[in-house]
Amino acid sequence: MQIELRQIRKYFGPVRANDGISLTLEGGRIYGLLGENGAGKSTLMKILSGYQLPDSGDIFLDGQPQRFASPAEALGSGIGMLYQDPLDIPAFNVKDNYLLGRNRRVVLNYKTAKRELSEITTRFQFVLDQQASIESLSLGERQQLELTRLLVGGAQLLILDEPTTGISADQKEKLFASIKKLARDEGKTLILVSHKLDEVQELCDEAFVLRKGQLVGKIEIPCPNERLVEMMFGQIPLRSDRPGHTLGEPVLELKDLRIPTYRLTVKDINLTVHEGEIFGLAGLEGSGQQLVLRACAGLIKADHGHVSLAEQDITNWPFQRVRTAGVGFVAAGRLEEGLVADLSLTEHLVLSQPSRRFFIDWSDARKKIQDRIEQYQIVGSPDSGAEELSGGNQQRLLFGLLWESLKLILLEHPTRGLDVRSSDWIWDQLYQRRQAGTAILFMSSDLDEIIERSDRIAVFSGGKMSRTLDARQTNVDEIGHLIGGQE
Amino acid sequence: MKSRLWLRWVWPVVPIFASLLVTSLLLYLFGASPIESFQAMLKGAFGDQSKTLSVLAFWVPLLLTATGLLVTFTAGLWNIGVEGQIVMGAIAASWVALRVEAPSPVLITLEILAAMAAGALWAGFSAVLKTRGKVHEIFSGLALNNIAIILTNYLISGPWQPSEGGSFRGTAPFQAEALFPLFGSSRFSPLSLVLALVAFGAVVVTLRGTLWGLQLKALGKNLRSAFLLGVSSEREMILAMMFCGALAGLGGGVRVLSWFDSLRQSISGGIGFLALLIVMLANYRAFWIPPISLFFSVVLNGAISLQLRTQLHSSLGGILTEMMVLFVVLFGDATKIKFLQRKKDHD
Repeated sequence: MQIELRQIRKYFGPVRANDGISLTLEGGRIYGLLGENGAGKSTLMKILSGYQLPDSGDIFLDGQPQRFASPAEALGSGIGMLYQDPLDIPAFNVKDNYLLGRNRRVVLNYKTAKRELSEITTRFQFVLDQQASIESLSLGERQQLELTRLLVGGAQLLILDEPTTGISADQKEKLFASIKKLARDEGKTLILVSHKLDEVQELCDEAFVLRKGQLVGKIEIPCPNERLVEMMFGQIPLRSDRPGHTLGEPVLELKDLRIPTYRLTVKDINLTVHEGEIFGLAGLEGSGQQLVLRACAGLIKADHGHVSLAEQDITNWPFQRVRTAGVGFVAAGRLEEGLVADLSLTEHLVLSQPSRRFFIDWSDARKKIQDRIEQYQIVGSPDSGAEELSGGNQQRLLFGLLWESLKLILLEHPTRGLDVRSSDWIWDQLYQRRQAGTAILFMSSDLDEIIERSDRIAVFSGGKMSRTLDARQTNVDEIGHLIGGQE
Repeated sequence: MKSRLWLRWVWPVVPIFASLLVTSLLLYLFGASPIESFQAMLKGAFGDQSKTLSVLAFWVPLLLTATGLLVTFTAGLWNIGVEGQIVMGAIAASWVALRVEAPSPVLITLEILAAMAAGALWAGFSAVLKTRGKVHEIFSGLALNNIAIILTNYLISGPWQPSEGGSFRGTAPFQAEALFPLFGSSRFSPLSLVLALVAFGAVVVTLRGTLWGLQLKALGKNLRSAFLLGVSSEREMILAMMFCGALAGLGGGVRVLSWFDSLRQSISGGIGFLALLIVMLANYRAFWIPPISLFFSVVLNGAISLQLRTQLHSSLGGILTEMMVLFVVLFGDATKIKFLQRKKDHD
């Protein structure tokens, strides 16, 4: 089956998630779909699999225009998507789950179901106990079940969204074998949406790269990782010749830190950030940099190693204690983790400041927030709700709420979604902070930002941290290598 | 904009009127005159001084409980266990009344403190189960409600059985010193009204003007952000539950020490669940709580004498309140109604 997407557009308010994407997919091939977070991959795949309708643009299957109002309709036309978290019902057993998606009759046909299930599972050497309940299966097994369901449903094009996140090495091998078999022997088309460049290199015949809602590249695989990184991030200018900062005493020290989580375990993290230093953490989303930041903030626990702040051991201190010790943390999701919708700016100021007086002095608080509104150039009034501010102003407010003297500031994507002027302004504020001796550790998916703003850089790949790079001496090739997981 | 704001404020009255309307229709279908019935109800509530005092006596514990629930609802907690907190307050007050001998003012002070402590403790269990055991407060609340009721039944039929033999209905009447001073021969105690009004005032001030009130508000709206802004979510949640439990426990104390004169089998009489309904009807706005809870007190007390005057059963009051539950659920709280929402600048 040949699939053609023509000029697909999908806007969410001012955000152009898909901005006129056209591409053609042939049968029997495996395609990689690459791009940083927010590049538009998910939106495009949701449109293709019938989960969302495009604002404009067309989908052609073997030259016939198609329009899918639901995932079921898309599957009826041969397009199936395997989500990162399988869409199954945990309390059901394997057979019931399978039937739920298949059976359209009043009386369930267990016999046929059993036959269909075993036929496919033998073909792909999946081991699925039909009586087992979904809860007892691993993520990998649930994926196999979902894949089986899609194949019986008649899928000719299979979209796999980050299929190897959270599954074992053995299951990954099996999954890859079945992907290859599906393409080579059965002529199906596969799209692998992934952040992991080595997997794309191993499996795919061709890769499409999206950036800011547009298709920026199409390349035969295998190819050098740096080519992919360059396409994903665009041309990266060398760091401007800004004088570095003379390093002061160490502020943050990480020794042999290990952070285990359900999806990824980060190991052997050794890192020192000095007074007045800006340290950038690069890497594709989900490579472990966020876990390190959050462990420093006291939001997740390390099970090995030490975190110290100005020579005091703060390993696994709870967040509030770390905060009181002089660490500011700004998360990426502004209205999810940072601001409270429906609370006014004044109320935010009162909540966030160190003063613990029992009765609130509202007129004093209003005066203080008025000062910050001016100082941080926030477009809003003391009584505006945080949700009424634009993204850039929410970010300014979050910086305005940081305590005045801090030893360390931890930042996740400090300028995500902001325009150039706002980003520069935010960084000016941070430069002022570093003049006062504050150390800054930040992560960003914007390589320009990492290279331009940091003094030193570390790159994360699959939970491992690279050697430390000097931002003035590194280049895109070196970072590309490291992002791809090569030393 | 202006007219919408106005609508937001009167919204709580809408379910009340809707349920009055439907109940009237029901009465009509059963051949009774709605107007006469409601008149009889009003007479039952305000017909003479003793009836009015009875309405007030019922109102006080209801107001105390609803006031407490305002705190937990602000913090985003579903304190279904409030019923059990009332019962535990009643049990603790009864324990002091039965076991301690002291001059009346000392005894009453002790009873009040014991009732508040027991209610707070019971609510604290729910809270700790939530923060440490990841048990939703609705489930632990329901379980603790039942345990409190079982404990009452055990005490009544066991250790606190009246000496003349168990009746399963209640303990022996408390010593006279233990009871709240009552107004005339009614069951209304002015002291309890003062306590309830003080509590209500304190909660209004706390929620509007204190850091703790603001922290609870933030927690209720977005727990994650509130935590990152510096609110120690676990401690504040436990405190909010215990605060509510203390007021509910006091409500239970008022029930045994003025409405009754002993610990009875169904000591709460459903005030806890009624108070939950009141706070939802009031749409979490403090100043609606006293009038709405007074309204319920009128309906339920009036319904009792309805049966005497007309051939209708006193469950009419119950039907009316259940109708309201239905309409509250149906209309939802005003903030969720589309056309009442403030238009956002973007999105």
